[in-house]
Amino acid sequence: MDMLKRVPVKEQDPKERAGNFKEVCLGYSEEEAIAEASRCLKCKNPRCQMGCPVNIDIPAFIKEVAERDLKNAYQIISRYSSLPAVCGRVCPQETQCEAKCIRGIKGEPVSIGKLERFVADWAMEHKIHPEAPKHKNGRKVAVIGSGPSGLTCAGDLAKDGFEVTIFEALHEPGGVLVYGIPEFRLPKERVVRKEIENVKSLGVKIETDVVVGKSVTIDELLTEEGFDAVFIGSGAGLPKFMGIPGENANGVFSANEYLTRSNLMKAYDDSYDTPIIAGKKVAVIGGGNVAMDAARTALRLGADVHIVYRRSEKELPARAEEVHHAKEEGIHFNLLTNPIKIHTDENGWVKGLRCVRMELGEPDASGRRRPNVIEGSDFMIEADTVIMALGTSPNPLIASTTEGLALNSHGCIIAKEEDGSTTKKAVYAGGDAVTGAATVILAMGAGKAAAKGIREYLLER
Amino acid sequence: MYRIVRKERLADNIYLMDVEAKRVAKSCHPGQFVIVRIDEKGERIPLTICDYDRKEGRITIVFQTVGASTKMMAELKEGDSFRDFTGPLGCPSELTTMTEEDLKSRKILFVAGGVGTAPVYPQVKWLNEHGVKADCIIGARSGNLIILEEQMRQEAANVYITTDDGSRGFKGNVNDKIKELIENEHKTYDLVIAIGPLIMMKFVSILTKSYHIPTIVSMNPIMVDGTGMCGACRLSVGGKIKFACVDGPEFDGHLVDFDQAMKRQQMYMTEEGRAKLRKIEGDSFQGGCNLCNE
Repeated sequence: MDMLKRVPVKEQDPKERAGNFKEVCLGYSEEEAIAEASRCLKCKNPRCQMGCPVNIDIPAFIKEVAERDLKNAYQIISRYSSLPAVCGRVCPQETQCEAKCIRGIKGEPVSIGKLERFVADWAMEHKIHPEAPKHKNGRKVAVIGSGPSGLTCAGDLAKDGFEVTIFEALHEPGGVLVYGIPEFRLPKERVVRKEIENVKSLGVKIETDVVVGKSVTIDELLTEEGFDAVFIGSGAGLPKFMGIPGENANGVFSANEYLTRSNLMKAYDDSYDTPIIAGKKVAVIGGGNVAMDAARTALRLGADVHIVYRRSEKELPARAEEVHHAKEEGIHFNLLTNPIKIHTDENGWVKGLRCVRMELGEPDASGRRRPNVIEGSDFMIEADTVIMALGTSPNPLIASTTEGLALNSHGCIIAKEEDGSTTKKAVYAGGDAVTGAATVILAMGAGKAAAKGIREYLLER
Repeated sequence: MYRIVRKERLADNIYLMDVEAKRVAKSCHPGQFVIVRIDEKGERIPLTICDYDRKEGRITIVFQTVGASTKMMAELKEGDSFRDFTGPLGCPSELTTMTEEDLKSRKILFVAGGVGTAPVYPQVKWLNEHGVKADCIIGARSGNLIILEEQMRQEAANVYITTDDGSRGFKGNVNDKIKELIENEHKTYDLVIAIGPLIMMKFVSILTKSYHIPTIVSMNPIMVDGTGMCGACRLSVGGKIKFACVDGPEFDGHLVDFDQAMKRQQMYMTEEGRAKLRKIEGDSFQGGCNLCNE
């Protein structure tokens, strides 16, 4: 075995998977996982662990895998993370733990993500659950939102003996894990639902169909319903539009709508009632993970799909793996291209996208080179469906109904990074509601920090 | 699960249900709506709140069967349950934010079209509870489609029935009646609240603009989550994009781009479904619901 190279992971064939919603990556077998685990150098000063937003003791769990003690490997991970099967699939390991791996200096870093996924899936198959708390401390915490930050915060607090209730606005818990990330990247029944069952097995209650700010306010939770503290993990759910002419035409969707129809409402499955417009020729505007998810969903529904992104390939914010998968499946990339107008037919339906070509100038505030319009470069991209994947911002619903909760100029809740505390007493926040749209694992890190903050506030005051 | 404690058929294809939903009943106000789901595989269906009983923890909904999902809803019986019942969503009616003094100084005309009578009712009732009696026009294609007339008479100063075919009340559409009230009966109004089919709200808004009467309409476009997340319900209001679910559902009728809203309403309709609906609904055809796979 070449220790500089990773054990490759099996994937569904691109041609085949372009026509189904089954998971793309098939994961390691036990023997493959053990072989990959043996590549770990067991560093005394593990830099990978420092690269992990929830600080998982990575060398310790990998050692257990190498020694085939998978149960122990799982218990080690679950001490740090409530959602290992999710993180093993959707974390950007290449910029976090794996980016710091010493193996990566000369060769390829250890496949930490794929190993985490293997351990979590093995535990699910063998019905091994995280250890439940032995005693309760009598304190009640309300968690708003059942996405990555809420589930993590709730799980950590429950492990410490708090009585936790999660309030979820939609009919299904999971937040972005169920409405946003598609089935082919993150299976819902087999992975997300089981991880949520694990959080519930710690004693966490989940009440769905409760829109905090409308059905009940934070102040009512703290006074009438007897909660001692509240964690807000309501995410960044508001879609952005470009503000170009024709954007309200029929056939123009936010990526949120398109993905929610397909993922949460399962519109791709004919036995569900919610419709989705597949489109024959779909243009997806944007270059992030959400744009890739929307594009690959449209492809699986039978469309010819074009990504339209105003910068070059190097600046694509999506994970390299997602871009690679999208290309393999046959998604076309129109880079250095920006839409300026959506054309419609006489019935108000999209028929094309007028675009301009761009060139990159000096770096802007984000550090990326600023795209500038090439004058006179207008051209048309034919499309019957346009999906806007331009990013999202936090929903103002909670802040607007909670007195004393301060926001920054982007509409994000102001919370301290180290403990999640906000400007309102007993109220904590974390995840995309605080940072704006980011990643699952950063939200989990924030949920974890807030759980610690809440514990200190309630037990040490 | 949210139990149906009472079901009543109000007209040919219009049903009323009282549903147990404690959180919604405790916090809702006139003008707001709920989203319901029948079962695991069902759509999220937005419905306006017609009445509420805070003590019993019950919400009254009224709906018309226009597509597959509402037909399935009509099959539910007393004692059955909805899988989901979320709310209250949207902003409360502007009326509920006015001072009592302000309210009492106003002469308000409600214009209710068809099943749109249901969301008008709680507003008229709320006004009556706050010492203001409003006038209300209830319009429909035909007399057998007039709903909630008796309930409305108990809360309003005057109720005027109009039917397109003249089978009940005044023969003509609601606009003909508005004109008659203002021009022949010399009534004066300083606020009109119109809720009904898009085409009705459009023409009422055009008429009231000519009379310079501020007009509020309630929009019920295609929606998925109802919390501002998907943007399916976006409208042009005064040239700006607004989401009906969080910015509305009530908007200034003189600013709404109704033509665009009507086009968007038809996004999920098939040609066959459209033809069938047009035949059934005749002149009041406005695009139907968002699900028409028949």
